[in-house]
Amino acid sequence: MTRLSLTLTPVVIIGVAIVLAVLNLATPTTSALHVSDFVVGLAGKYLCYAMLALAVDLVWGFAGILTLGHAAFFALGGYCMGMYLTREIGARGVYANANLPDFMIFIGWKQLPWYWHGFDFFPFAVVMALIVPAVLAAIFGFLAFRSRVGGVYLSIITQALTYALLLAFFRNDMGFGGNNGMTDFKDIAGFPLNRSTTTTALMVISALFTAAAFLFARWLVGSRYGKVLVAVRDAESRTRFLGYRPEYYKLVVWTLSAMIAGIGGALYVPQVGIINPSEFAPANSIEAVIWVAVGGRGTLSGAILGAVLVNFGKTVLTGALPGAWLYALGGLFILVTLFLPRGIMGTFTRRGAGAALPTAGEPQGLAAIDGASADLQEAGMHAAGADVEKTA
Amino acid sequence: MSIQPIGAASNDLLYLSGVNKTFDGFKAINNLSLTLAKGEMRAVIGPNGAGKSTMMDIITGKTRPDAGQVIFGAATDLTKLDEPSIAQLGIGRKFQKPTTFESHTVWDNLLLALAGNRGPWFTLRARPKASESEKIEALLTTIRLREHRHRLAANLSHGQKQWLEIGMLLAQDPQLLLVDEPVAGMTDAETEQTAHLLRDINRTRSVVVVEHDMAFVRALGVKVTVLHEGSVLSEGTLDHVSADPKVIDVYLGR
Repeated sequence: MTRLSLTLTPVVIIGVAIVLAVLNLATPTTSALHVSDFVVGLAGKYLCYAMLALAVDLVWGFAGILTLGHAAFFALGGYCMGMYLTREIGARGVYANANLPDFMIFIGWKQLPWYWHGFDFFPFAVVMALIVPAVLAAIFGFLAFRSRVGGVYLSIITQALTYALLLAFFRNDMGFGGNNGMTDFKDIAGFPLNRSTTTTALMVISALFTAAAFLFARWLVGSRYGKVLVAVRDAESRTRFLGYRPEYYKLVVWTLSAMIAGIGGALYVPQVGIINPSEFAPANSIEAVIWVAVGGRGTLSGAILGAVLVNFGKTVLTGALPGAWLYALGGLFILVTLFLPRGIMGTFTRRGAGAALPTAGEPQGLAAIDGASADLQEAGMHAAGADVEKTA
Repeated sequence: MSIQPIGAASNDLLYLSGVNKTFDGFKAINNLSLTLAKGEMRAVIGPNGAGKSTMMDIITGKTRPDAGQVIFGAATDLTKLDEPSIAQLGIGRKFQKPTTFESHTVWDNLLLALAGNRGPWFTLRARPKASESEKIEALLTTIRLREHRHRLAANLSHGQKQWLEIGMLLAQDPQLLLVDEPVAGMTDAETEQTAHLLRDINRTRSVVVVEHDMAFVRALGVKVTVLHEGSVLSEGTLDHVSADPKVIDVYLGR
C-alpha cells in the first residue's frame, strides 16, 4: 500500500502488455523474440482473472467479506458478452439463421426470447455486463447485509448463490445454451476474433481495464469511505455505535466489486472463445480467493500478482502433470496460510492494510505519555485480566 | 459542546420505566426504572449478572426490551430505534473491552468518530477540513495522545486504547456517554487520570459509568445506583448505599 505501488502497478501492467503486443505484431514468427498469439491470449486471460482477484480483494481484504461466489459475477459479465458475440455470428451459424442462435433452433425455439433483445448492439452488451452483476449483487447484498449475515454464514450463501446459478444456466430452457453454453464466435465489433491483431488488442484492452480497475480500487480504499470500510472490517459494532450503518458500506463495495468482476468476465469470453455454466462452478470462486491469499489480502496489487502467478503455475502444471493441479492448489493454499499469512505483497511491503503488529521497543503505556517508566508487563496483565472479568 | 434544549417539561435526559428483558427464561432486566438528569454523572454498580451491560444494550439499541419505556430527552422512544440512529441522536457508548479501529492511526480513529454525515456517498467525497483538524487536535490534548497521533491503534497500550475510545466518544459530540468499566486493566495513575477526564467531560455532558472498582467510584464522587437481579436495589451517595443493609447483603458484604 505504498505510494510506489500506486504508480508502479499500472505502469507494469500496461508496460508488459505493450511489450508483448509489440513482440507479437512487429516481429516475424521466425524471430527468437516473437511472442505467439497463444502467449498473448494467455496474458489476456490472466489479466481478466486479475480483475476478478481485484474484485475479491476489495470485499475480502477491505470489508472482511469472505466471498466464495465472486466467479458468479464474472460469469454473468461473460454471459452478457457471450450473448453479444452469439448474435454477432448471425447467419454464419450451422443453421444459417440470422435471427436465432444455433442452440435455440436445436431446441426448437421459433422466436428470440425478450431478454435477448438488444444484445446484438455492442454498447448495450457492454453496459449489461456491468448492470447485470451489479443488480444481482445489490439485491443479494441488501438482503444479506441488512439481516446482518456475516462471517462463514455469508461465505456459505455466496457459495450457494453461484451454485444456484450454475444449476440454472445448465437448463436448456433458460435460453443461454444450457450445458454447452455459447461458443464458435466469429468477430467482435466487426473485428475477426481469429486475427493476431484482435487477440493483441483484446489483451491490451484487458491490461488497460485492469490498470483502471486497480486505480479505481485504490481511490476507493484511500477515501474516507475506504477508512470506514476497514473500520467495519475490524470492529463492526464500534462503527454502528458511532452512527455508521455498516450494511450500506458493505453494499456499496460489494456492488462495485461485482461490476469489476463483470468487466473481467466480459473481456474474458472473447479471448477464450467460450462461455458455459462451468464458469459458475463453486471451485472457481474458491480459486479466486486463493489467488488473493497468495498475492496478499488487502493489498490490491497483490491480488493482481497472485492471479497472474497462480494461473501461470496452473498453465505450466496442467500442461506437464494434468492430474496434479488441484493437489498443488490445495498445497499452495496450506503453505501460504502457514508460512506467508499476509501473502507475497503483504510480506514484502512494510505496511499492509491489515492490522500491524505492535512494534517492540516503542514506549508503551504511561511511559509513552509522561516519559516516566511504567511497568509495561503489569499493564499487559491487567489487560488480560480485564478480558477474563465478565459482567452481565 | 452545547446541550440542546430538549423540551421544557422535564429536566430528565434519560428515563427508564418498567423495563423488562428475558433471555431464555433468565430475567436479565426486571422492572428496571431509572432517571438521569441533564448534566448528571451516575455510577452504576452491581455484582456480575446484575444487568448492567444489558441495561447499556437496551439504551443503545443493541437489545430490544420485552416491555417498558426508554425515553431520551423530551420524547424520543429509544426502543423504536437501532444503534446508528441512537448514536446519531447523541448517545455514545464505550465498551468494556477497548474497541478501536486497530489498523487505523489514532488520528483516523478520531476522524471517523467526528460528528458529521455518516453516509457512504458523503464519505466517498469527503476531504480533510481545517475544522476537523482543529477538533482532532483538541481531542488529542484531552486524551493525552498528542505524541501518538500517527501510531496505529493496535500499537497503543491498553490504557491508551481506553482513552482513545473515550476520545472517539467525545468526537461524536454526544449528550450522554455510557462508559462500561473504563478503568479495567489500568494502572493506579491511569485510573486517577481517567477519573479526572470523566469529571471534565461531565462539565458539558451527562455520563453513566458502570464500574466494579470501588476506589474509582469513590474518586468520581457521584450518585450511585446499585443494580441487583435486573432492578435497582439502592440509590444515593456511595456512603449511603454502602450502609444500606440490602446492598451489604447482596454485594459489598460478599
